[in-house]
Amino acid sequence: MATVTMPQLGESVTEGTVLQWLKQPGDTVALDEPLCEIETEKVAAELPSPFEGTLGEILVPEGETVDVDAPLCTIEEVAASAPEPAPAAVAEPAGRETVPAAPVADNNRDGVYSPVVQRLAAKHDIDLAAIAGSGRGGRVTRKDVQALIDEREREAAAADGIPPAAAPLPLPDGEVVPPPEVATVAASDAYDVVPLSPTRRKIGENMARSTAEAPQAWMMVEADVSGLVDLRTRERERFVGVDLTYLPYFASTVAHTLTDFPELNARWHGDELRRYRRVNLGIAIATERGLVVPVVPNARDLSVAGLARRIDDLVARAHAGKLRIEDMEAGTFTVNNTGAFGSIASNPIVNHPQIGIVTMERVVRRPVVVEGDAIAIRSMMNIALSFDHRALDGAEAGAFLAALKERLEALG
Amino acid sequence: MAEVSVLEAVHETLDEVLAADERVFLLGEDLEAGGVFRATDGLSAKYPGRVLDAPLAESSIIGITIGAAHYGQRPIAEIQFADFIHAGFDQLCSEASRWSWRTRGEQYLPMVVRTPWGGGVHGGQHHSQSIEAYYAHMPGIKVVAPSFPADYRSLLKAALADPNPVLFLEHKRTYRLIRQEVEGAPAEDRIGKSRITRRGDDLTVFAYGLMLHESLAAAEELAGEGIECTVVDLLTLNPLDQDTILEAARATGKVLIVHEDTLTGGLGGELAGIIAEHAFEDLDAPIRRLAGPDIPPMPFHEVMESAFMPDRTKIAAAARDLAAY
Repeated sequence: MATVTMPQLGESVTEGTVLQWLKQPGDTVALDEPLCEIETEKVAAELPSPFEGTLGEILVPEGETVDVDAPLCTIEEVAASAPEPAPAAVAEPAGRETVPAAPVADNNRDGVYSPVVQRLAAKHDIDLAAIAGSGRGGRVTRKDVQALIDEREREAAAADGIPPAAAPLPLPDGEVVPPPEVATVAASDAYDVVPLSPTRRKIGENMARSTAEAPQAWMMVEADVSGLVDLRTRERERFVGVDLTYLPYFASTVAHTLTDFPELNARWHGDELRRYRRVNLGIAIATERGLVVPVVPNARDLSVAGLARRIDDLVARAHAGKLRIEDMEAGTFTVNNTGAFGSIASNPIVNHPQIGIVTMERVVRRPVVVEGDAIAIRSMMNIALSFDHRALDGAEAGAFLAALKERLEALG
Repeated sequence: MAEVSVLEAVHETLDEVLAADERVFLLGEDLEAGGVFRATDGLSAKYPGRVLDAPLAESSIIGITIGAAHYGQRPIAEIQFADFIHAGFDQLCSEASRWSWRTRGEQYLPMVVRTPWGGGVHGGQHHSQSIEAYYAHMPGIKVVAPSFPADYRSLLKAALADPNPVLFLEHKRTYRLIRQEVEGAPAEDRIGKSRITRRGDDLTVFAYGLMLHESLAAAEELAGEGIECTVVDLLTLNPLDQDTILEAARATGKVLIVHEDTLTGGLGGELAGIIAEHAFEDLDAPIRRLAGPDIPPMPFHEVMESAFMPDRTKIAAAARDLAAY
């Protein structure tokens, strides 16, 4: 019998909360299959099982917070309960090969996935390592993945409260009441049920918490980024490896501007405000699973080229679902490239407990009045800032935006 | 209506098209006497002067057919055994296939070349061959290879109506073996369409001719073991019905292609190419080909012949292996 304990999800984390058990006592558990969802102040994550076997006892109920290393559940391990392999027969029939007994878990195709299996897993956010494959050598087949998808859909329908063909309810006195004519058909015809992924649920909680706790103010400035447009066009051609977008320039400019405005490079921790010496810049990335905000640590130390590569790596891993806990930690300020969606003005929600978030909107060419009362066609971009009004006021926020605008317009 | 054999379906249809169109005539060896398989039995007397004997010269038979089509007739040539059609290869591939292109589409060659093909009849090396891949390779010649009597009827008429040269392959083992109640049976009347004959979600089998029937028999056997096959009757080998082929391949992600033609350069390679190119992300296993071995002659001896040819037992074994992958 092995014991699973609360892991330390990130440095300085001392405790964690069990959000939800994904396995129940008696369930078979594969190695690395998610046991439960746990949440710390830094991250919510699924806890992969360190053992293969059967879930024994759950020691921490959902919603309860325990210290790191506290026991969470027990697992009856496969290896411990598997019978000893039968000894080979002493006398073997002449001329026949002895077929070795099949190993308990033949994983020689472990991690080898066919194109369709990979495609379905990516589309439905399935952890292939958690599936016990029915194919040769334990290979996960298309039908294995499809069965899991079908099962999820059934569970989602059940979780929605639609009873699977209600049976008549017998009453104590023997009278039988027919099941109520619930409008199950109408309900399922009227809408589709989308089960909330842990990511989706977490996004919802964070957004609700931010808007509930932090009184947020918003302001926007307009910058003439014609110089940046020219600069990026020139540098893009000789830039190798990743496609050079405006985002690295913007991230770099924001990071350097924050040097002069430490009051925005901060986090609100209830009874204190923590101003950070380093700029750990969160980059908002829209993925198929939802919004994630991985962090570029020490963004000020990186060149535009370095930022471009770093952001490209984060984007790729965000889409692949391969972000690590350390990628998500210790952000001090967030940048959101809403212009990528075509937006020209947006009102972002502060990434609590950070206190500021800026958006770079779409670069638009349009006529503007320039020096000497002339009209010229310039590349214009809006920059919007949302900030936690508990931590600072409009004057400081406005000064930050003005400085950011000045730096951006000086590029190129 | 009673059950009709493949041979009866061909015979009836020839009778029907001769009656319907004065321009239709038949040309081939021993046709006046009814042909070696009796496909033209009695037609010479019924349509005097329109069922013509030809000398043992396949190049000449196809050449005359080209000329007749050029002059507005609707000729149907018969090559007595497909094994001998290569004597007319140059006429078909260098002349007939290109006619409408050479004339910038001003002229067409509405001609049909029928020929019995395939093994399983102890015909030895000169009466058993599969020749489809040579001609399916040639753009400009349509190649049709039905499996069921109802399709023989509808596709032979479609071949005659087609303005292009059509090679119409009749599997000789199925001539009397395969019978079908044709009334109400599905009958494909478009060249270039394949049919999903059976649906299952474990693997997809592609076949044509005798092998289609062997594949269906294997699928029936496998169903008893819990392995469900999708089976595709290709019907037309050139042009291939890419949409149906891909739909069927995607349905299971596991593909088994069966033909009695030898493996290398056989039609299976082309099918595998299409599927790998367009359905890569739907594949769940390597594409598997079950074909005749790369040996020049089909053996005469019964034991060796059955060793050469795929059959329901070999198909079932390959399918089991693929399903377990």
